[in-house]
Order: sequence, then structure tokens, then C-alpha cells
Amino acid sequence: MTRAHFDPRTLHRHRAAGIWSTLFLGAIIIAIVALGALLYDIVDESFGLVAIENRIDPASLARDGMPLETLDKAQLVEILTGHISAGLLRRLENDLPFEERDRANVYALVLERVVEPKIVKTWSLTDSLTNRAAIEAEVLAEYPQARLEFHAWINSTFIQSPQSSSPEFAGVRTAILGSLWTIVITIAVAFPIGVGAAIYLEEYASDTLVNRVIQTNINNLAGVPSILYGMLGLAIFVRGLEPLTSGAWLGAGDPTTANGRTVLSAGLTLALLVLPLLIINAQEAIKAVPASLRQASYGLGATRWQTIWHHVLPNALPGILTGTILAISRAIGETAPLVVVGASAFVALDPSGPFSKFTTLPIQIYQWTTRPQDQYRNLAAAAILVLLVLLLSLNAAAILLRNRYRRQG
Amino acid sequence: MALTSTKQALVSGKLPGKLPGDLPGETASDTQSLLHKRFRLGETFIQGFLFVCGAISILTTIGILYVLGHESLLFFRNPDVSLLEFFTGTKWQPAILEFGILPLFNATLITSAIALLVALPLGLSAAVYLSEYATPRTRGVLKPILEILAGIPTVVYGYFALSFMTPLLRTLFGADTVEIYNTASAGLVMGILILPLVTSMSEDALSAVPGSLREAAYALGATKLETAVKVVVPAALSGITAAFIIAASRAIGETMIVAIAAGAGPSFTLNPFRAAETMTGHIVRISGGDLSYDSIDYNSIFAIGLMLFFMTLTLNLISNRIVRRFREVYE
Repeated sequence: MTRAHFDPRTLHRHRAAGIWSTLFLGAIIIAIVALGALLYDIVDESFGLVAIENRIDPASLARDGMPLETLDKAQLVEILTGHISAGLLRRLENDLPFEERDRANVYALVLERVVEPKIVKTWSLTDSLTNRAAIEAEVLAEYPQARLEFHAWINSTFIQSPQSSSPEFAGVRTAILGSLWTIVITIAVAFPIGVGAAIYLEEYASDTLVNRVIQTNINNLAGVPSILYGMLGLAIFVRGLEPLTSGAWLGAGDPTTANGRTVLSAGLTLALLVLPLLIINAQEAIKAVPASLRQASYGLGATRWQTIWHHVLPNALPGILTGTILAISRAIGETAPLVVVGASAFVALDPSGPFSKFTTLPIQIYQWTTRPQDQYRNLAAAAILVLLVLLLSLNAAAILLRNRYRRQG
Repeated sequence: MALTSTKQALVSGKLPGKLPGDLPGETASDTQSLLHKRFRLGETFIQGFLFVCGAISILTTIGILYVLGHESLLFFRNPDVSLLEFFTGTKWQPAILEFGILPLFNATLITSAIALLVALPLGLSAAVYLSEYATPRTRGVLKPILEILAGIPTVVYGYFALSFMTPLLRTLFGADTVEIYNTASAGLVMGILILPLVTSMSEDALSAVPGSLREAAYALGATKLETAVKVVVPAALSGITAAFIIAASRAIGETMIVAIAAGAGPSFTLNPFRAAETMTGHIVRISGGDLSYDSIDYNSIFAIGLMLFFMTLTLNLISNRIVRRFREVYE
């Protein structure tokens, strides 16, 4: 007996069901393929062959038969004075006197200012691996002076160097520090206010009009496009509160940034942005604390705040922290509001406090991405890898925290 | 654990609350007065502080409305701007004082429409698969992948659109038809961006449908597909619609992908392979440059922002309304 004996359509129905289940799975596979393509694209641009041309061959800089790498500081300073203009020398001396610089620093200067390696062409990882012979022929024909080498765009120098106008020496240190400063301010402002608001809504608020409005409002704020927060920050923090955010009222203002486009403005803007998210997450965590705990505490005569502080909060803390980490990782990746608030296009100096000019990792990626030259595309890819690693570790921390919490509960 | 800490606190005297039975020679009326709520300055102060924390969210909304409204008012009061021209003009060129929002609005609609064309069918299918077909183990593997997609910053998607999707489109359709910056590439990648949102919201709605409905359908001889499409999805329709609307609102407000890949410079075109600047893209480009306050450029981006705010707010409110009005409540 086959299925067709019951109803001739049964077979057809079952076949349709099978086809559709494949299609449903296909949707997920498309998503996975997209993620794969994205990661492949980034890795593909972060590594690969580059053709480098030096302005001056390092071999010609050798002294007394000693290659450049082995020279001591005095000889390196000599080479530097011999090859660069007096004006540039004075500027370097002004930045930091040569007596105070160590050998590694002077050596880096010689490389940057005298040897001046220039990346004339770059290839993606796939090309470099599959097409090496053709690339070598091309370099030989078009850039006879150049040497071909394999370059990992993401490396320790890239992470430690500040922003630079030449892609060969540009790094993300300023951007990472800028991101950290901004996030510290964001957490310092958003965490207490967010948890406070969540406690108020869950533990104190009775069902009055005002409280309902607050709750609805928070839910709606979570849906406001992030760029509008940037406009709010621009009008209120950068322009309206300029004396505060530029540090002028403390006398700490840096004259170059006295227009309010500072780390502080950025941090405050992001704090407002993540606040609804943080409040909603914290509310969930507080809701999950069983009512019996509160009743036991009240039964022993504790006041409302004592109950919250000693019992509700300690039990909700893992949940609140998980939510906070998720909110922070949202803030770290946020770009649009910071562009509007006025992240600087080019910051070579590390931010030194809340009143510094700033740039952040996503802003740096945005600026590099929008440049037409290939080298900047590679730099952007490397910076994206740094950002993704940062976000992945934050999310992993959140997941670990959540799992631990679940096991306890 | 929590109980012991209460006990410790009591022993160490941290909890000042006196228990009625502790006092010698106590009468019923004394107990009454003790149970009376005592005014505690600290408690009141803390409650006040917490209320202020909650009220800050209201201040944020007021701030957004005030800033957008105030600057937009300055913009529309400008003699070079007319309200009619703003809504019907097909040119946005601040340099020659042409302020018609249609080209920006049109580009926003095109990118969002493409994104939704990608995200809605794929998102709903993925949600049906996860909720109706996948075993718990498969779900445990697949859901984190979608969460990773959701956690990637939008600027990275922008990079992906420009360095992967655009070259792909240019190879497929020819470099002559597809410009380097185009709304199709931005829209497709934006679809990938909002796909996890659609999936996870729809899946929540589907999982909320009680199992008894499915069992009833199976008992009548329905296949898995018939159960999913004719019983479960209709039962979860309000939640799924809400997810679609929220996705549309996200697409309209999305900024970095369009700022990077859709093109700089407003142009009124329906061709998705041409460059066109969206509302959000324009705001980012104008404010990224050196912008002097009180210039008409500065005011104009707030007028665009105000439109953006009302568009997304309307969509969010509709979505809330749908969830509340059409939700099927089971037990």
C-alpha cells in the first residue's frame, strides 16, 4: 500500500513540503554565505602582495660597510641630518629633541623620511596566492625599481602607530585610544543612569500616567535612527554646551579643540544612544529576580532601598552586566552619530583626556574606505579586523557571563 | 544565599528596621504606630534620584524634538525656502538654493525597498525554518551565526558593499550599466544587515504560537509545510507584520552603508544602478565637512532629520499598534 492509495494528492503535497523545507533552509544558507563573503572580503584585503619602491636604496645608506639596520643612534642621526631639509629637522627637534629619542625611534624616522618606501601597487590575498607568477612579471615590467613582498596589513606596527598621512606608516593607535576614551565616558554616564531608570521602572513606578509615558518613551527611543542622536549631540553638546564640552570652564580647554567637538561630546552622545537599550536590558534582568526574595527581605523589616541594594541588585547583576556589554559593543561600532558630532578627519596625537579632539575606530574605517586609493582600502580592511576582534571578545565575555548566570539560576 | 546575607545584615546591625516583638512592654497601639510608614529622608532622596534617571529619557525625546523643530523652523523661515518647494522640488542643490527633498527621499525609498525585498522573504523563511523545522541542536548552531551578522557594525557592511557587492554587480551587469556608487549595492547589503532582525522578531512570534495548534493541524493530516504556512504563520501574523515594519524603519534610518556605497550628491533617478544620495547619507556628508552654524546648510540637515524622525516614529507606532490590536492571545 502506498500513500497514493489514500488520496492521489498526498504524494504531491509531500513533495511540495519537501521542496519548501529546502527553500526555508536555503534562506539561512544565504545568510551564512553572506557572512562568509563578508569575512572573506575583509581577510582577502588585509593580507597580500605589495610592490614597494624606495626613494633611496637602504643599501646606499650603509656606513663603513655596515648595513643600515646595524648602525647606532649617532650614525642614524647623521644620515637623517644629511638627507632631510633643515625645516623638517627643526620640526622634528621641536616635537621631541633628538637627545631624548631612542635608537628605534630615530631608525623609524630614517625609514620614514629618508628611505621613504612607497607602496605603488597592492594585490589581494587570493590574487597573491593563485596568480603569483603573473604579478611578478607585471612588477618587473611596470615597476622595475620596486621589490615585491608579502605584507600583512594588520600587524603590531599597525596597531601601535598613530595615524599618518602616508598609508605605509598609518596605524590605528589614535583611533583605538579614541574609542576607549569615548566608551569610558559613555559607560560612566549611561550605566548609573540606565540601571537607576530600570530600578525606578521595575521597583518603584506605580501604574500612573507619568510612568507609562516614561516606559513607552523608552521603547520608542530605542527605535530612533542613530544619526538623529548625532544631530542632538551636535546641537546640544557641541554647540549649546560648548564651554563645558570644550573644557573652557575648567580652564582645561585645548585651543585647537575649543569648538566642543571633543571626546566628551562624543561620549555623552553615545550615552544617550545606548541608554534605552541599557534600560530595557536591565529591566529584564531585574524582572527575573523572584518576588519571594523581595518579600523575604521586607518580611525581615528591610526598607525598599535596602531590599533593592542588598538583594535585588546582586541577583540581577549578571543580567545587567550582560546587557551593558551588549550595549557597549553597539556603542563601539557606532559611526554615523560620531561623524555628525564632529569626529576629526585627521588626528595624529593620542587623545589625552575628555577635552581632546577625537577619532574612533569605526570613523577611521569610514575615512579610509571612502578614499579612492587601493592602499587605504587595505588599511580599512585591517582596521575592520581589529574592530571585529574587539567586538567578538566583548560578545564572548557577555555569552560567558550569561551561561554562568544560567547555571547558577 | 540572599537569605544569609539578609541575616548577616541583621546581625551586623545594617538593617535598622525594628521588629515589633523586640521592644519590651509593647502594646497593640504601639505596634500600630511602628507599622506606620516612617518618613525616611534617604529613601525619599534615592527614589527622587531614580525618578530623575527615568525622566532623562523623556528629556532626550524633548531634546530631539526641540533641536530638530527649532532648526527646521529657522530653515523654513528663510526667505529662500518654501514649504511647497521642499516637498515637491526635484532638485536639492544648496549651492544654488534649491531645496526639494524628493531626490533624497526617492533614494531612501529605493535603498529601503531593495533591502526589504531581500530581508523580508529570506528573514521569514529563515524564521519558519528555525521555529518549525530545525532541531534544537541545529538551532543552537544557526542562531549564533545570525547573531554575529546582527552584531557587525554598519560601517563594516558599508565597506563590504563598496568592495564586494559593487564589483560583483559590475561583473554581472557590466561596468557601463552599473556605476561605482549605486543604490542597488547599498540596498542589497542593507538587506543582509536587517535580515537577522526580521528573522529573530518573526521567530519570536512563531515560537509564541502554542504547540496545540500545530498538533491539531497534524491530527487533521496536514504536512509540516501546511501546518507552518496555513496555521502557524497566520496565527503569528501580527508579530510578523510588526517585524516587517520595524525592519522598514531600520532601513530608512540606516546611514553608513548608504553614505559609503550609494553615492554622494543628490540625484533624482529610479535606476538602482545609478548613484543617488539618501536622506541619511546627505546628513552625514554635509555634517562631516566644515559646517558653520546658522548657515542654511546647517539648518537644512535638521529639516531632513525632522522628516526622518517622523517617518521612523510613524512606522514604530504602527508596529506597536498592530502588536497590541491584532495579537492573538492564547491562554
